[in-house]
Amino acid sequence: MNNSVTNTVRLLGAGLRALLALTLVTGVIYPLVVTGIAQGLFSDKANGSEIKADGKVVGSSLIGQSYNLPLKKGQQTPEPDLKWFQGRPANGLGGNSVNTRYKLILSGATNLAADSKVLLKQVQDAKAAVVKDNSVPGYTVKPSDVPADAVTSSGSGLDPAISPAYAELQVHRVAERNGLPTAQVEKLVEDHTQGRTLGFMGEPRVNVLELNIALKGLVARR
Amino acid sequence: MSPALAGVLQLLALIGALALAYVPVGTYMAKVYDSRKHLRVEKWIYKAIGADPDTEMTWPAYLRGVLAFSAVSVLFLYLLQRLQGLLPGSMHFSSVNPAQSFNTAVSFVTNTNWQSYYGEQTMGHVVQTAGLAVQNFVSAAVGMAVAVALVRGFARPHARLRSHGGTSMRTGELGNFWADLVRGTLRILVPGAAVAAVILVACGAIQNFSGIHEVGQFMGGSQQWNGGAVASQEAIKELGTNGGGYFNANSAYPFENPTPFTNLLEIFLILVIPFSLTRTFGVMVGSVKQGYAILATMFTIWLGFVALMMWTEFAHHGAALQAAGGAMEGKEVRFGIGGSSIFAVSTTLTSTGAVDSFHSSFTGLGGGITMLSMMLGEIAPGGTGSGLYGILIMAVIAVFIAGLMVGRTPEYLGKKIGGREMKLAACYILITPALVLVFTAASMALPTPPHSMLNTGAHGFSEVLYAFTSAANNNGSAFAGLNANTDWYNTMTGLAMLFGRFLPMVFVLALAGSLAGQKPVPVTAGTLRTEKPLFTSLLVGAILIITGLTYFPALALGPLAEGLAS
Repeated sequence: MNNSVTNTVRLLGAGLRALLALTLVTGVIYPLVVTGIAQGLFSDKANGSEIKADGKVVGSSLIGQSYNLPLKKGQQTPEPDLKWFQGRPANGLGGNSVNTRYKLILSGATNLAADSKVLLKQVQDAKAAVVKDNSVPGYTVKPSDVPADAVTSSGSGLDPAISPAYAELQVHRVAERNGLPTAQVEKLVEDHTQGRTLGFMGEPRVNVLELNIALKGLVARR
Repeated sequence: MSPALAGVLQLLALIGALALAYVPVGTYMAKVYDSRKHLRVEKWIYKAIGADPDTEMTWPAYLRGVLAFSAVSVLFLYLLQRLQGLLPGSMHFSSVNPAQSFNTAVSFVTNTNWQSYYGEQTMGHVVQTAGLAVQNFVSAAVGMAVAVALVRGFARPHARLRSHGGTSMRTGELGNFWADLVRGTLRILVPGAAVAAVILVACGAIQNFSGIHEVGQFMGGSQQWNGGAVASQEAIKELGTNGGGYFNANSAYPFENPTPFTNLLEIFLILVIPFSLTRTFGVMVGSVKQGYAILATMFTIWLGFVALMMWTEFAHHGAALQAAGGAMEGKEVRFGIGGSSIFAVSTTLTSTGAVDSFHSSFTGLGGGITMLSMMLGEIAPGGTGSGLYGILIMAVIAVFIAGLMVGRTPEYLGKKIGGREMKLAACYILITPALVLVFTAASMALPTPPHSMLNTGAHGFSEVLYAFTSAANNNGSAFAGLNANTDWYNTMTGLAMLFGRFLPMVFVLALAGSLAGQKPVPVTAGTLRTEKPLFTSLLVGAILIITGLTYFPALALGPLAEGLAS
């Protein structure tokens, strides 16, 4: 009896020492070495691919943002600022609830099912809004023109990109709101459209933040 | 180019990369586990442990090593989270509550990486890097160690006799757990993860220790995000088929998975060790053809499931997806439907559970495929190590079924499959379904647990079924609508993960011991040739039929009902 207790204790001691030794290797040395290499070679990327406009950091090129008007008194949901290109809906984003000293964005998806009535309503409402917002005199958006990414929330809620189809659909509205010629805005979208990597990986896309920063430059030079 | 064609080309590129890696990686791993030499750093670690790496262990001793190491790991990780508020470098994050700490500790030690917490608001640098990421390495190494022990059970004594100049080894011995653990970590996982981590950073994954980052926004004001050792954790999260994300959105979060290329790279990392281990197995038992037969089985199931998934996701059935005009809910634009489908199948057919898109918003059938993938026991190709031992158990069962058909005593790789071996194999395949179905039924029958469901009806049931399937199979992905951060789900999924990980390991090691103690029987004209395509098809059939019969009633209530209704 005494013997088996001693053996168990000895074995657990060995387990603990193995864990501590491996923690030193994989939990201290490994991440520090990788961080050293990362900061040495790719410090911009290792620190979040920050992007500047007018000399100020305005976010990360990898993290999607919202382009909304400031909330009016008593308003619950903000309205989009239609001067700017809009990203995808982000209905799955959460609010920080545990360590509330920070205002962290909580990534997340809606997790609603394909046949969920709630999701169906979200999609229908989003589609109606996209049609209404982007139909300007001389350019009418048909519901069937609206691509899927314009009316669905992404996996992270922070999708930095939209499909080229959704960007093109916004061109007339953005041109009108900013008093720019349509062709000029169209060219801007074209220049910011990224094809598939090596022609087959992923999907073609437009980075909304980069596009809006370029648009801002265009407006300033007008 | 249509998105579907691009999806197929990505699949072909992935298969090409895996094929190129198969022989070198598989052979290298066999050398690692068969090696008689110790690196200097390994000698230091053995000295610290106080273990002689050259001592051979019988199966009970090997199992005691596995259990002792894992028990200490659970306790250590639990305490690390409970004490987080006091630890420096934790960005002043508060300590995690007891139920969630228990759940998370068990989850990472069992290679499940089920997460009932939001990474970005719960875990600081110390817990992420020195706690969770460490288990990403060692839990994978434990899985590989157990798999190698089983392979030695088949291989010994004959293969070893030849390779060591005829020094006869006592039968029934399976190697040394500490040596296998340390070697798997240091010689396989650390180098692989380090290379992958640097590539990930080069593509945009973050890697820093600068805490909470506050930067301006385009429309004014500011936003905050977490800094952290993300790339280094992401690399081992995939390579060790762990799946626990640094952030809540896991591999959908752009800092974890920034580009279409990293998406394919991460799928490659998930699959490379589980597939290549069949080569390691072939080399160690002295016939690489036996490895090819197992590989062919895994590959057939994996490819079939990917094809089905792509088909259903591109067809996007379901009222909301039809209204949207495409199955983009819960998916990122940069990956698209093709890349997301390959990832979803690969993560659930291994024990990974990382997600680059959210399975709950997949089509009804697509969600069903992710669930069925886990229910197969994650053997195609399965988790690091657990995939190989899982499919070898199924091979034993397939051999037994074949033996019944022709009325011969079944044998596999020269070892007789007798009553004891069959009982252990049967226990292995029964334990996980029992856990899944009992825990799911209890959650549906009790008054409070169903309140955690986000969706109603068939999909709500699927959320609960998915949770316990994921936990008991040590996957860790979720139909994340379910609010799993309640005492009931934290405790019960925790227990499902523990039993689902360690009971099968008991049966595997007992089987390994029993096999290692047998003298091999010579091959005769009546021996079932287990390296031939006929056996591969028998094995695929056995896997699908056994799983199908076990889970069909539960699947009919959830994803099938949903898929047929839409």
